[in-house]
Amino acid sequence: MSLLEIKNATLKFGGVVAVNDLSFSVEEGEVYAIVGPNGAGKSTVFNLISRFYEPFAGQFTFDGQNLLDRAPDEVADLGIARTFQNIELFEHATVLQNLLVGRHRHRKSTLIEELFFAPRVRAEEHRHREAVEEVIDFLDLQPYRNKMIAGLPYGVRKVVELGRALASGPRLLLLDEPASGLSVEETQDMRWWIDDIRKQMGITVLMVEHDMGLVSGVSDRVLALADGAKLAEGTPAEVQSNPAVIEAYLGAGAV
Amino acid sequence: MRIHFKTTYEQDIRLFPDLWTACVYGALILLAFALPYLINEFYIGEVTNVLIWAIAGLGLMLLTGQTGQASLGHAAFLAIGCYTNTILIEQGLPFIVAFPLAGIITGVVGAIIAIPALRLHGIYLAIATIALSILADDIIVLLEPWTGGVSGKFPEMITVFGLEIERWTMPTRFYYLVLVVTIICTLFYRNLLRSPLGRAFAAVRDSEVSATAMGVHIARTKATAFGLSCMITGWAGALMGYYAGTFNNETFSIVISITLLMMIVIGGLGSIHGAFFGAVVVAFLPQGLSILKDGLIGGGVAIPGLETGVFGMILILFILFEPMGIYGRWLKIRIWFELFPFARKDMFRRQKSYLKTERLR
Repeated sequence: MSLLEIKNATLKFGGVVAVNDLSFSVEEGEVYAIVGPNGAGKSTVFNLISRFYEPFAGQFTFDGQNLLDRAPDEVADLGIARTFQNIELFEHATVLQNLLVGRHRHRKSTLIEELFFAPRVRAEEHRHREAVEEVIDFLDLQPYRNKMIAGLPYGVRKVVELGRALASGPRLLLLDEPASGLSVEETQDMRWWIDDIRKQMGITVLMVEHDMGLVSGVSDRVLALADGAKLAEGTPAEVQSNPAVIEAYLGAGAV
Repeated sequence: MRIHFKTTYEQDIRLFPDLWTACVYGALILLAFALPYLINEFYIGEVTNVLIWAIAGLGLMLLTGQTGQASLGHAAFLAIGCYTNTILIEQGLPFIVAFPLAGIITGVVGAIIAIPALRLHGIYLAIATIALSILADDIIVLLEPWTGGVSGKFPEMITVFGLEIERWTMPTRFYYLVLVVTIICTLFYRNLLRSPLGRAFAAVRDSEVSATAMGVHIARTKATAFGLSCMITGWAGALMGYYAGTFNNETFSIVISITLLMMIVIGGLGSIHGAFFGAVVVAFLPQGLSILKDGLIGGGVAIPGLETGVFGMILILFILFEPMGIYGRWLKIRIWFELFPFARKDMFRRQKSYLKTERLR
């Protein structure tokens, strides 16, 4: 059984069909990339999985459970973490606090315990911190630990957002354009990290990305979208050489 | 400049980052306890007023500074706390039970009121909460059998384990009571900040979308923030009742709500220090102004609207030149001294912020 299975998903905004009868599935342990021109509905698919949008039709199954039964904040409890295309960090908090928010789904303490900072809260804090420190070591964020997000450069914010998603200890990681706005070296780092996330941590990755170098470098399978519908699916090489995909990107007659 | 060489996670979790800070705050608390031996009873009364405002400020700060929800309705919660406390004591409950209970009841009422208000953001929430302030006045009049309506109420003398406390005849005892409540509220606030809920508050404030994606239930978190904020405000209200000695439907007017909000903005949004700095300004400004006026143009001359005018001007100046409030200025001065002579003028210049994801739904 696939880890994430989407069947016949459809979403319309007024007359605009954002996602049109889309079906695909992501297997456990793979890196699955979604590519497509602007406005193809890539981020919309992510927002459907995060339950920010209610689909018109379709089935969303994660690990055998119906995603549509879950409220947006319960998706994280299932083990799905995500990043955003235009970084959505908590600006007026430190990097450490941002990463610790990623641990929120593991919160066990109650309000009363937290008001009095009971021993259990302290113990939990230590455990959260240990998990976060592992992420910090993995992503080389040590110099930024106590820096406010508001003062950080773009590239670092991108990494912090990845870190926050990792800190939640997910089974499926949704990366919305992890390399957009990054320099060549930063993109290279991102590629290694995605590789390690899959191999060392065993986390399944679903990503939207425009950088075809990164896509063909890390992903096992690629889905090409255009106008909310599936254009092609297969290995990166297959998709890149697919005439329909080339047409969608470059226009008819380019082949 | 102190460099923290951290060796355990505990250093980030405990109340004070290092021994020096612990000593500074310890000395401050000692000073607060020794204060009645240092200044006369009139000024003890004034300091008590500052502390009560600071508690109310902490309450609103938790909601506005920490969770990012503006409220102009907190005078209503001051009133609920005040009346609940008085009524409970009249029903025969001892102060030690009635007082905490009054805060908790205010908190529960606040959380319930928050549920419909939660769908509103920013200025709309502020407008909706103004309605609360205005309604409170009428509701107090309508509930005359319990609240005494227009003629108001007088709180009974406080008795804690046989010890009598009264604001006018025993200002020192009342001061100690307020001081203890202040310390407890500050500790609660501080504990929240270092636990998951406090971080969830900040997450809701800065980005609801990603807070949701991290598993934070937005509505529940906001309602909790509202409840906790109202609980602390309720305690401040009860103490205000004792401090004033008498209160009626007009005591907790919308002006108090506005003053509270201005107070935390002037003090510095999002910090415990801000609530205290703001309280000092709010509580001492009328006294300071009248002393200044008497010195400049002689006593007996009344200038209507002087206080409000000066207060408004201070607020405008702060928003224009120091949006981080007195606490922000304090941090800048401290860093200037710590780094002397290496502090640069543009060290605090705001970085350009990046495009936000379009608001979903």
